[in-house]
Amino acid sequence: MPNPINSTNDFVVKFANVNGSGSASANLLFAKSVLRMGVPVATRNIFPSNIQGLPTWYEVRVSEAGHLGRRGGVDLMVAMNPQTWAQDVASIDPGGYLFYDSTKPMPPSKFRDDINVIGMPLTEICNQKYTDPRQRQLFKNIIYVGSLAALLGIELSAVEKLIGEQYHGKEKLLTPNVEALHLGHDYALQHLKPMGLKVKRADAVGDRIFIEGNAAAALGAVYGGATVAAWYPITPSTSMAEAFERYCRRYRVDPKTGKHRYAIVQAEDELASIGIVIGAAWNGARAFTCTSGPGISLMQEFLGLAYFAEIPAVVFDVQRAGPSTGMPTRTQQADILSAAYASHGDTKHVLLFPEDPHECFEMGALALDLADRLQTPVFVMLDLDIGMNEWLSKPFAWDDSRRLDRGKVMSAADLDAAKEFGRYLDVDGDGIPYRTYPGTHPTKGVYFTRGTSRDRYARYTEEGPAYVDNMQRLLRKFETAKKLVPAPLRIDAKQKTRCGVIYFGSTSAAMREALDALEEQGIHLDALRIRGFPFAKEVLDFIAAHEQVFVVEQNRDAQLRTLIVTEGGVDPAKLVPVLHYDGTPITERFITGAISKLLRAEKPLREVAS
Amino acid sequence: MTYIAKPKLHHPGLPVNKLGFTHRDYEGAVSTLCAGCGHDSISAAIIQACFDLDLQPHRIAKLSGIGCSSKTPTYFLGNSHGFNSVHGRMPSVLTGANLANRDLIYLGVSGDGDSASIGIGQFAHVLRRGVNMLYIVENNGVYGLTKGQFSATSDKGSKSKRGVLNMDEPIDLIGMALQLGATYVARSFSGDKAQLVPLIAGAIRHHGAAFIDVISPCVAFNNHVGSTKSFDYVREHNESVNRLDIIEARAPITADYAPGTVETITQHDGSVLRFRKLHADYDPQERIQAMTYLQQRHAAGEIVTGLLYVEPDAHDLHDHFETVERPLNELTDAELVPGNAALQKLNASLR
Repeated sequence: MPNPINSTNDFVVKFANVNGSGSASANLLFAKSVLRMGVPVATRNIFPSNIQGLPTWYEVRVSEAGHLGRRGGVDLMVAMNPQTWAQDVASIDPGGYLFYDSTKPMPPSKFRDDINVIGMPLTEICNQKYTDPRQRQLFKNIIYVGSLAALLGIELSAVEKLIGEQYHGKEKLLTPNVEALHLGHDYALQHLKPMGLKVKRADAVGDRIFIEGNAAAALGAVYGGATVAAWYPITPSTSMAEAFERYCRRYRVDPKTGKHRYAIVQAEDELASIGIVIGAAWNGARAFTCTSGPGISLMQEFLGLAYFAEIPAVVFDVQRAGPSTGMPTRTQQADILSAAYASHGDTKHVLLFPEDPHECFEMGALALDLADRLQTPVFVMLDLDIGMNEWLSKPFAWDDSRRLDRGKVMSAADLDAAKEFGRYLDVDGDGIPYRTYPGTHPTKGVYFTRGTSRDRYARYTEEGPAYVDNMQRLLRKFETAKKLVPAPLRIDAKQKTRCGVIYFGSTSAAMREALDALEEQGIHLDALRIRGFPFAKEVLDFIAAHEQVFVVEQNRDAQLRTLIVTEGGVDPAKLVPVLHYDGTPITERFITGAISKLLRAEKPLREVAS
Repeated sequence: MTYIAKPKLHHPGLPVNKLGFTHRDYEGAVSTLCAGCGHDSISAAIIQACFDLDLQPHRIAKLSGIGCSSKTPTYFLGNSHGFNSVHGRMPSVLTGANLANRDLIYLGVSGDGDSASIGIGQFAHVLRRGVNMLYIVENNGVYGLTKGQFSATSDKGSKSKRGVLNMDEPIDLIGMALQLGATYVARSFSGDKAQLVPLIAGAIRHHGAAFIDVISPCVAFNNHVGSTKSFDYVREHNESVNRLDIIEARAPITADYAPGTVETITQHDGSVLRFRKLHADYDPQERIQAMTYLQQRHAAGEIVTGLLYVEPDAHDLHDHFETVERPLNELTDAELVPGNAALQKLNASLR
């Protein structure tokens, strides 16, 4: 028997549950109570594409140091699902803890001798206390939260306060929940041995907030002035549309008339969703859709129209594991290429890569500005890990002097003052033409929008030179975009190094932690987090300044690396892929292991998740 | 180069409407469709209806998909914004445009391939949502631009120019429109301008989803013996249930007709639809009866035309969504952005 793991404010708890059993709210209660102790948590739902009866897991990483990526490994398993018992028990780190419902005796062969077993007869306690089957199930979850609070040293008052907030004004629910909490807590104090894992009050959370990326992105869309949203239900993006509606009901109802300053269409499919967005944006409203990989595939033709006819459109792509239906409830960063080059013909699109909910908000609002400024589709590339998990992140802030940037739109007065209007004339040399909204002026500024080739005055033409002229201007516009997308952020190694690493999106938290871990091993890496496409000059400068650059991604084919090689003319040999794509969020342990192994080997290898 | 602007000169004596516009102000570029194409007659009817209604051309938005019919918005209303979108997807683009600015008039132009085949999904959903628009299908039963394939509205047993018999059941867009809740449904014939112009005018004045199926023979590929969409065939089988005049609000109704043969319906905006009833028992406010009647007459080989159904007090998508009166594209930053104070309050609830 290895020594029991002893750790304060630094461990991983994993809850194994059956979905539809009410465990989600209890597990969230557990995570939030750790936060209320002033200790950061990183939580992840691992759930099936199913409503009821299948296994689901909830991982809570307790980390006073503030590591928000997935660490890997399990120190305490709360095994509440007999279906997954064997794999759950097997996943515990040696010296770790197993908490289980001991109502039914289990043969010794079901356990391991290198872990610490804590049995509590949860079902028996529930059956004695409650008669209603639903209550038995729901309160069992609260009872184990109470018990864990006792075992880990979480202040009961912190949990009670959270329950009080949740059931504020609903005394009928509040009282029995608090009772159940005490039941579990008291039992643990009387019957269970204390354990080596402890939560100790700290002051490491600060003013940070705890929110899902999808909700943050939806809020960003509200602040970015979106008035039209069209969407089709698809995991993992659905909760973004729902959050947008929730925030609109709160912030966008005319106080005098009760009328809505927004319109949300649940469309018949993703084609209609993007069509509605394009129609609305053509007509001067800010509009977005939210979807996932399969939706991006369906939207291809329309995205080409928006690119070529130069119509703003914002697409939030909450990526999941593909191809095809893939693993609908698992995470990946696998739509990079299909978004960057969406549609037939020569097209390129602007992409933004948020790292957490805070950036989902910022980039959500920014995307609407950029789409209007550049008159083109803009993608915000979330993934399931950011979108559907609550993350501890920097609080939101808004500069009240900021104005929505509507881009180059001519009013009736502008048209009267102007010498001429050519919808696709590059007046300013930045590749961005001027546009008018329909209905602006009785005789000026009218034009025909089409997906067919046209001249600078929007007149249909199949003349080669006019076509080339237009396509070249679109490239100039894309150059302009390089300066408008968020610049990459660089973290330099403590000492000069010839090696660098590029990463993006939800990899960020695990990567930052891995940089520290690698440094402890004597591996020094300069790091660059890409936040937008087209790539800013700093990205290519960074690659040029290093002999070898790892590109860490959550897909099989190193899609970002391909994009860098193609768009930056970079020697592929210089960019070493580090790829994690089994559908679970990338971990610090994986990145550290992969990069240190690659550096120990003489020649670069492809490193992939097992 | 297929864009030909028309010269702006016109005869000084051309009649003007209340806004001082002549017909020419509602025209577009020179049509590049085949000489004699039914679609050009429909464009002419749209021009006439907009002139008659004294509409400001720039307050109309015309949207289309892909195909011969979808090319026509270039040939009318040259002072209106137009949008030639992608094949079969005009309805979604129009829906978005309408949501952005409820104050413009939306004219969706499509064909039988664009609406009954590739776009049947969007056709259905735009009608069931009640988008305030006029949706016209220029229905010729054939793919013209790709040279003569059957479309989904071709009748079973009709013969292509190459002599092939169509064995598939036709899609009945009118029947679908009635079932899906369109609140103004009409069928007409491109060769009957007198019938078509008031139907278009009434539809533009309608508040809600208006749909007109216009049989429009294709002179190049579907105007032969054996076709059920040829000029001759449609003329022989056309059964008009009523003749419609559109009358503006407060205009006097002159009793030109025998009592009992004229009926009036006042629409949401006050416009008065005046009918001459050609079938005494046909009531265009009875949707289910209309559906039955149309099925019966279709089985008898007739093409029923006229105003088939109207719900004068219909609701549109904005009514369902309870959107503000002012167009969404005119809302100011102050109305859209909740500001930092609200955000700080929200932050506090997320800790």
